[in-house]
This record gives sequence, C-alpha cells and structure tokens, in this order.
Amino acid sequence: MRSGLRAAAFAGFALGAALLLHGPQRVAGAAAFPSDAGAIVHVLNRIGFGPRPGDVEKVRSLGLQSYIEQQLRPDRISDAAVDARLRSFPTITMRSRDIAEQYELPVEQARRARQQAGGQNPGSPANPANPVPPMLQQQANRPMLELSEQKILRAAYSERQLEEVLTDFWFNHFNVDSRKGVDRFMLTEYERDVIRPHVLGKFRDLLGATAKSPAMLFYLDNWQSVDPNGPHPDPQQARRGGFGGFGRRGFAFPPPPRQAAPQAQNMKRGLNENYGRELMELHTLGVDGGYTQQDVTEVARAFTGWTIEQPRQGGGFKFDPRLHDEGKKVVLGHTINAGGGERDGEEVLDLLARHPSTARFIATKLVRRFVSDTPPPALVDRAAATFRSTDGDLREVMRTILTSPEFLAPDAYRAKTKTPFEFIVSTVRATGADVQDALPLVRQLQQLGMPLYQCQPPTGYKDTADAWVNTGALVSRMNVAVQLASGRLPGTMVGAQLLENATPAGTIAAILNGEVSDATRATIARATQPSQMIALTLGSPEFQRR
Amino acid sequence: MTSRRIFLKNGAFALVSLGFAPAFLARTAAAATRAKRLIAIFQRGAVDGLSMVVPYGDAEYYRARPTISVPRPGADASAAVDLNGFFGLNPRLAPLKPLWDAHELAIVDACGSPDATRSHFDAQDYMETATPGVKSTADGWLNRYLQVHPASSATPFRAVALTPQLPRTLQGPAPALAMNQIGQFGIRGGQAGDALGASFEAEFAAAADGVLGATGREAFGAMKMLKAADPSKYQPEHGAEYPRTPFGESLRQIAQLVKADVGLEIAFAEAGGWDTHVNQGATQGQLAARLDDFGRGIAALVTDLGDLMADTIVLTMSEFGRAVNENGNRGTDHGHGNAMFVVGGGVRGGRVYGRWPGLAPSQRYDGRDLAVTTDFRDVFAEIVVRHLGLAETDGIFPKHQVASSAFPGILA
Repeated sequence: MRSGLRAAAFAGFALGAALLLHGPQRVAGAAAFPSDAGAIVHVLNRIGFGPRPGDVEKVRSLGLQSYIEQQLRPDRISDAAVDARLRSFPTITMRSRDIAEQYELPVEQARRARQQAGGQNPGSPANPANPVPPMLQQQANRPMLELSEQKILRAAYSERQLEEVLTDFWFNHFNVDSRKGVDRFMLTEYERDVIRPHVLGKFRDLLGATAKSPAMLFYLDNWQSVDPNGPHPDPQQARRGGFGGFGRRGFAFPPPPRQAAPQAQNMKRGLNENYGRELMELHTLGVDGGYTQQDVTEVARAFTGWTIEQPRQGGGFKFDPRLHDEGKKVVLGHTINAGGGERDGEEVLDLLARHPSTARFIATKLVRRFVSDTPPPALVDRAAATFRSTDGDLREVMRTILTSPEFLAPDAYRAKTKTPFEFIVSTVRATGADVQDALPLVRQLQQLGMPLYQCQPPTGYKDTADAWVNTGALVSRMNVAVQLASGRLPGTMVGAQLLENATPAGTIAAILNGEVSDATRATIARATQPSQMIALTLGSPEFQRR
Repeated sequence: MTSRRIFLKNGAFALVSLGFAPAFLARTAAAATRAKRLIAIFQRGAVDGLSMVVPYGDAEYYRARPTISVPRPGADASAAVDLNGFFGLNPRLAPLKPLWDAHELAIVDACGSPDATRSHFDAQDYMETATPGVKSTADGWLNRYLQVHPASSATPFRAVALTPQLPRTLQGPAPALAMNQIGQFGIRGGQAGDALGASFEAEFAAAADGVLGATGREAFGAMKMLKAADPSKYQPEHGAEYPRTPFGESLRQIAQLVKADVGLEIAFAEAGGWDTHVNQGATQGQLAARLDDFGRGIAALVTDLGDLMADTIVLTMSEFGRAVNENGNRGTDHGHGNAMFVVGGGVRGGRVYGRWPGLAPSQRYDGRDLAVTTDFRDVFAEIVVRHLGLAETDGIFPKHQVASSAFPGILA
C-alpha cells in the first residue's frame, strides 16, 4: 500500500503513472530498468550521494542500466574535476613514512626539546594550557584535516560515485580510528592504498591488505601480539650464521623490537586477541558466524609476529619470526601445521574469506547499505551466492544487488535515513554548491555526531536509521540547512541557479526531486526569501531520507 | 530495538501533543518529584590519583616521588589536607573538604579496570562501555542503563552530556542529548529563527516517517521546554561560585537543567589536561591548576544544588591512574589503579573505600603501578542498584558478575 501511495505521488510529479505502475518485474534475477525520475533519483541516492542539478536528465538519456554498468567500472570514468580540486592537498598523495617525517617529527623534536629544558618550561604535550607551539601542532594535524576535506570533496564532486560510496562503506567495515596514536598519520595511505583499490575487487585481496596494513595492525594491537614463550631465535639469521639450523647466533635470543609507542612502554608482552576476535566478528564471519573463543585464541596465535617496522616512523608491515608462535593451530576445525611462519596468517585469511558465513555477512551488510535497513532475505541469499560462486568478487556481488528487483522496487525509494555524512554531501550536491573550503563541513559532521575518521569502536558507524535519528542531531541538521542556505557556512556557496528566480515549487523540484507532504509543500510556499525556501527544503523530513 | 525506540518516541510525543510547554513541564515536574539523578564526570587523560588523594601514611609514596609529592599534613599551606590519618586531599582540592566532613564525600581508592591496557584510547573505551578488554561493545554503560530502566517521565532531557559530541558512555539506542551550550539548543536563524523553527515544526509534524516525525516533535518540545526555563537568566544559589572555565560552565549548566525540572536523570561532563608526563608539579603547577578547577567546580555544583543533592550523586572517573614512581621529567607515566569521588546526600561519606594494596614495589601492579582492588564496574553497579533504583543490572555489565557483596558499600 505504501509503495502504491508513493508511486501515485510520484506520478503527479514526474512522468505520469503509466511507467511507474508497470514497476520492475518481481522475478528473481535481473530487473527491468525503469526510466522514471523517481527511479533515477533513487539510484543516484543509493549508488551515489544524491543528484546534482542536471543529473537526472543525464542519467535518463544514458539509461539506468548503462549508468549502473558505468559506475561498476570506475577505472574507465575520467575524474578530472575532482582531481583539480584535490591538487591543493599535498599530503593525500604521500606515504605514511613521508607524512611522519615531515609532519610528525618536528612536533616530536619540539617536545623533546621542551623536556630537556626541564623545570623552566612546565607543561606536557597533552596539557591544553601549555601546548607544543601552535604552528607545529597545526602542521601535525594537517594530514587528517586534508584527508577529511578530501573525503567530502570526492563524495560531492567525483564522477565515480559508486566508488566513493564503497570506499566509505569498506573503510567503515574495516574501521580504524585516527585518534589512536600513530594511526593519525597512517589513514591517508590506508584509505588510498588499502581500501580504495579493492572495493570492486576480490574480497580476499581487500582482507589481506587490511590485515597487513600498519593502520590496522596498530589499531587492533596485533603489532604487539607475541608468542608469550618467545622471543625465538631467528631462523633466517641462524641459517646465515652457517651453523646449520639453529646455530649459536640463533640462540643469542635477540631482544624484541624496540617498542616506540608510548602506551607500549612496560606493556606486558604476550598474546593479544583483539585482532583475532574482530577479524572474525566484524571483518568476516559475523558475530554469529560460528566461531568459538578457542578459535579466537588460535587465530591470534597464527598472527603472532605480524607487526610493524618502526610505527612512529610510518614504517610498513613486517613479519618477525622471533615473535611468532610456530606451533600447530586449529581454526574452525581446520588444522594449520606447525612451522608455517608468516603463511599461518595467510591460511587463516584464506579460510575466513571463503567461509559461507562470510559470504552471508558481507552480503547482508551490503544489502543493508544499498537497499534497506531490513535486508530482503531473498536478495541476501542471491548476493551471498554470487560471493561464493565468484570467490568473493565484489564487483559481481554489487552487480547482483544493483540490478535486482528489490533494489529497484518503488518501496525501496527513500527507505533509508541519511547518515550525517550522506546528509552533508547530498546537501552540497542538491544545491549545486561550490565548496572552496571543506573544513567547516568537516566540523559540522562533528556536531552531527559523525566525526570523520573518528569512530572509536572497530564496528564502524551504524548503517541504520535508529543510530542517526535523535533530537540533538536533528536540530543540528536543521541548523546546517539554515546556515548553508543563508550563506553563513563559510567556504560553501549555494549554486546561483538555485537562488535566482527561486520559487517554492522550483526549489522543491530541484532539491527533493520527488514526492513531498502537503505540510512541507505548504510550509515552503509560505517562505518569502529564496534562502528560507532552500533551508526549509534541506531541513525537511523528506530530505533526511534517501 | 527499533520498536522500543518508536515506543519511547511516541511516549514523548504523547506528552508534547498535550499542548504547550507549561503543561509538559508541569507533568514532567510532577513525575520527577523524587527522581534520582547521576552526574558523571570523566577526567580524560588519566589523572594522578596519588596527587588527588595523597597516601601520606605510606612511606613509600615519598620515596617514589622525590620532587612531586604533596607534603604531610601540618607542614604548611602547601601540605595535604588530612582526611583520616593516612590519606589527605591535595590542598587544591580543599573546597571538597567540607563535603568530606559532612559525610557527603566518599572516595574509592585503588579502583580501576581488570584490563592491563595503558592506552588512553582503549582504557577510556573500556570504562565508558564498562566492558574491559572488549572493543566492539556497541553502546555505553549509561545508555544501557537508560534502555533497561524505564523512564519515570518522557523527556528529551533524561540524559544530557554537556559536551560537543555524545560521549561513548551515553551512545546507544536510548535517546541522549549532547549540547555544548544549552542556550544554543534551537534553530539559529537570527531574526528569522523563530519563524523557521515554526516552519520546520510544521513539516515534521506531518512527516510520513514515524520515527523521524516523532523525533522532530521531541526536538521542538525540547526547545520549548528550554525556552520556558530560560537558561539566560540563571543565577546560581546559596552563594555558589563556579570557576569561569569550560568545566565550571558545564557544571553550571547541569545545575540549571536540574533546577529547570526538565526530567534530567543522567548528566555527563568532562575535564581534560590530566596527562602529566612532564613537570607535573605537586601543589603548584599544571596538575594543581587542573585540580583547582576540578575541586571548585564540584564544590560549586553541590552548593548550588543544595537540598537537591539529597537525590543526586556526583561520580568522578578517569581511565587509569599513573605510575607510582615519578619519571625522569618530574612527571608520571601511565599506570593502573586510581581514585574515584562519590558525592551525594545518600552517600556514606567521610570514608575511603577499597582495600589499600600499598605502594612498595612488591605490592604494585607489574611492579610499578597502584594495584586495583576494586573493579570500577562494582562502583557503577552499586550506584545503579542503590541510587538509581534498578533491582537487576541485567545487561548493563555484560560478562561481569554483579553481586552486592562486591559493592564497595558507599551507599546504604
């Protein structure tokens, strides 16, 4: 009934009832592709961050099916406009090692100098009353600020909308919080080289890249998870020593690598199960995926020795055999033979990436993101089947979802509540706004309860309405709408097209592109100034949905 | 979970729809007559508990801290303020001494987490979720309390954090509000603000989406309540003087909300600047300045609330304590056990709770830190059961055996 009402309302607005009432055919497999404005807006709202002025017409002339196919091949889409906007951010192309050297080291040196100055110079790095010289601190913050601005600008202006949505999705799936120690300068590389290249690739590659990323190794503590019975002699070194097997040099028991991070000082060294647990609970099998505490411990043992070469210098992955537990492990009933070294971890990743629970868990999350807070079981089944039959080919899984009747069904329209990030970006897009400075938008996201790259738990941000619909955040959304529309959000200017000759009906059509309640229409009709019309449209209940 | 949320929201809507703010206020006030309140204060950055509550009776304290210890009571004005012949307050916390004397301040010492982490990030997470060692807990412990204990009145101000973002402690499915400034809660549109607010209100009143509509109505109900309470005209009572600092300001606003009778049950504030690795100082210096703010703020809050403190508990916490030995920079590094303050009319104050493990190297945790003899969850649980009145703490402290025999005994 609900979809019928929606369809009727759309009809009055867009192309006429006939097209819509046909609807997509409810058969398994590929859907019929509707071409009405409602369907196009829906697709632009789901595989991207909402329509910009003119987008509906562009997609209509291309055809929905072709548009979806195009978005599934982002490597073939030129993105010159966004590249130009990103040119002023030097750190987003830098390696962690270089960021550490250029942006972190000077702060470190200043701190050390202050410590050596002793009693004449009271204060500590964490004391806000007496900080490191502000210039240096700003310098150190710059990589995270640039990364955050980059995220907003790409989402708002990239032609590769699906890639942006998926990069956001997979970063959140493999969440790392920038506030944890050295992760603050590792996330640029993490998002760019670990997440982004794999979002339409093989899941196993994505999983493997995160497992070896210094950002994840640090965030979930695996870098300091060691065999409690170690350190062991280094087999490589022993062989080089020429004594055959464990030679005399091998038995010298080299000390464990120097632990540079502050919280590691005097840490009890031993097995750390954090990564092992979250790897199964959050990254692959899901909490009900059928593993036990014993499996967690065994997985943690398999990953001992997966560590970071000089974390404070932004170093990369390193396998340290001296810290590795060489014994036999049994994970989910599968035996990993003793003596596997670094391969133990790879074997665990193989096992988990191919496990049926993983296919189902990933399929469920993707369908929740793209289709509905309550994922249709039949679509989850088909997406999981694609995952299994293609060995975790994420492009094929996405194709199954994006061409499904469930995805294109009118009752999926506006069925999702926008997260604060989706709200902010869709606001920029819908108003054809020009963002010269994205930092005020970055700050708004803190107000809205979704600070970028600062989600503390490894679960990532929630993808369902209940997490985002609350009193305070809703008031903040209305205020963002008012500020943006009245030109009081520094750095972001609403498009001139929208402001000139604005009428209530025109504003609703341009921004909402779909049905609105009588109350919203009447309220906007009473507004006397363009800025108020725009504010009341962006802050309306309709615009909070996608 | 969703249905519960809708239920809560419709409950709030039912009240709002009765009419304008005064009716709502009257109803809320009636329902809240004997409601209990908890004001939680987080000292982010790991405060040095040994400098707050000075174990001057433990000779090891002075051996471990040659340059940053607080002198034994009686020496001079910089000396510790004696509490019980063994512990003394840092003199910069002297504003709290009258509360101790009136048996309204209890201290739980050697309190902390069973988890060994010395990472601020992880330890705060564990304390706020009350699940030490488990990182993926979805919600904070006070949000779980809100979920489990039905509200005595439907109000958007049941749980409020005076912070820019909702703290992890309060994150979760139950509604909770974060506000930097209660005066700024509303539509900020300059002269057109009121008109825009009314327009948005009309839009949300007709929203097709039930939860979104109910939340909108809740938001506008809240704005009206605050307007009726008029925060701009607030005057602290009983001669209370809040420090003019962000911390003092947030406590003042909590007092405002309490007195506005908007149904506030859980309030949250935080204070930073405790990570004193270098030149910590003793009774002068950076730590002393932070303690001064902290002590005067809490004393002002208690003075201001007056008789309302009979139903209020102020609880302070910090993610871990600091190492017993001072370091080479006249500061202290990350440690383990710490001290918590519990203030309130119903508190069996004037006592230090928790077994003192001693500071000798052999008595320390890992040979370096104050050992933990009271799990912080037992302090939380005692407050939930004996103050907030929840008979069963089911689900609030997962994987923790809650038993009244393990409570420190701070409440009768």
